[in-house]
Amino acid sequence: MRLAAAVVAAWLTVGVAQAADSIPQSLTGAKGDPARGRTIVTNRHVGLCLLCHSGPFPEERFQGTLAPDLKGAGTRWSEGQLRLRIVDSSRINPATIMPAYHRTEGLVRVAPAWRGKPVLTAEQIEDVVAFLMTLKD
Amino acid sequence: MRRLCVALGAIALAVSAFAAEIPPSDRRSGYDFMSRETRAMQDDDTANPGMLSVLEGGTLWTRKAGGAGKACADCHGDARTSMKGVAARHPSFDAARGRPVNLEQRINACRVDRQGTPPLAYESRELLALSAYVARQSRGRPIEIAVDARTQPFLDAGRATFHRRQGQLNLSCSQCHDDQWGRSLAGNTIPQAHPTGYPIYRLEWQAVGSLQRRLRNCFVGLRAEAYEYGAPELVDLELFLMWRARGMTFEAPAVRP
Ligand code: HEC
Ligand code: HEC
Repeated sequence: MRLAAAVVAAWLTVGVAQAADSIPQSLTGAKGDPARGRTIVTNRHVGLCLLCHSGPFPEERFQGTLAPDLKGAGTRWSEGQLRLRIVDSSRINPATIMPAYHRTEGLVRVAPAWRGKPVLTAEQIEDVVAFLMTLKD
Repeated sequence: MRRLCVALGAIALAVSAFAAEIPPSDRRSGYDFMSRETRAMQDDDTANPGMLSVLEGGTLWTRKAGGAGKACADCHGDARTSMKGVAARHPSFDAARGRPVNLEQRINACRVDRQGTPPLAYESRELLALSAYVARQSRGRPIEIAVDARTQPFLDAGRATFHRRQGQLNLSCSQCHDDQWGRSLAGNTIPQAHPTGYPIYRLEWQAVGSLQRRLRNCFVGLRAEAYEYGAPELVDLELFLMWRARGMTFEAPAVRP
């Protein structure tokens, strides 16, 4: 009995630890489209990523220097880890400047046009994740 | 011992909340982050488009207006002496309103109370011209914001706004302007947000604009609800930013990208 409880506790801890660094399941249940993901990432009004990040986008003249280069992101992280970092980076680093792209709670004075809407839809998140997974070096 | 630890912990927390504030010796005007061409444009009165607004303000200064038939100059005389340093100490406390007012509000108070004219609209050509003209008289002077028991709560409110994460992007002003200044936001160098030169001529606007217009731009960038022109929250933020820039040299009318 006591052993069973310990096993359950251990299993729970592992589960929680995994959940803390990763969202393993697709938000839509489907795989994203990497080509659409690239368009989102490089569009400064949609993905906004290049405001802060740089990356392997030779055609983009203005890239940010506030965040790590996205080159090789698909090697450094698993798909689930990338998904969590896009959905809500603050779950890893509470002080992060990276916006939570798929969260609507806990925000202050959101402009009416954006209220109640995440920065990216679930489908767009999956596209971005699929694209980042192609950044292998 | 335990109590000491708690006290030390509290201090550490308090410090870390504002640890990012820029030390006085590292403070730099937006001017220092601009290209050589843009700096040259600001420095040369014949090339600085903000000077057109200053000239227009000079005309308005001596124009009689309203039921009282009085011009600004009838009460204040030569602005080159009477208005020296005035813009560099605004927002300042207004006893009648019981709160700090910015330069535009001070000008409008004179229009309403002393000239008997309706207030000028925020961002109207005339209000920008008058404030540019008054602000020009502080060029080269240090920013001096008086803080006392009356103004302290408003200063604190402005500081809280500066440090509050807001908008859909959930960023605070401080995260960019205290922590990331000098870095590139998609090709734009992030300045330290010192309001040393307002009203400014902004190349992106192709026009002269007030500090509140600039602040509202940053709120919009955060996808946050921007406060209305003249809102107390914006004046408190102006007060905090001017206090944060205390001792820095006033440079209106500045040019900014
Ligand atoms: C306002 C700034 C900002 C924006 C916008 C932003 N990020 Fe980030 N991002 C960061 C920072 C800073 C980090 C570093 C980790 C931290 O501080 O939390 C980071 C970390 C990451 C990481 C993990 C770091 C690594 O090794 O590659 C990935 C992946 C990432 N971001 C992807 C994106 C994508 C994709 C977008 C747009 C959909 C985006 N970011 C938008 C600031 C930003
Ligand atoms: C994501 C980064 C970011 C955030 C957050 C941000 N700003 Fe800015 N701010 C900038 C950039 C970049 C500029 C320069 C604009 C340009 O040249 O296009 C700027 C310019 C300014 C200026 C003009 C400085 C000068 O030299 O005239 C002021 C003042 C300012 N911001 C205040 C604020 C306030 C107040 C907030 C919060 C409501 C804020 N900013 C939030 C990036 C940011």
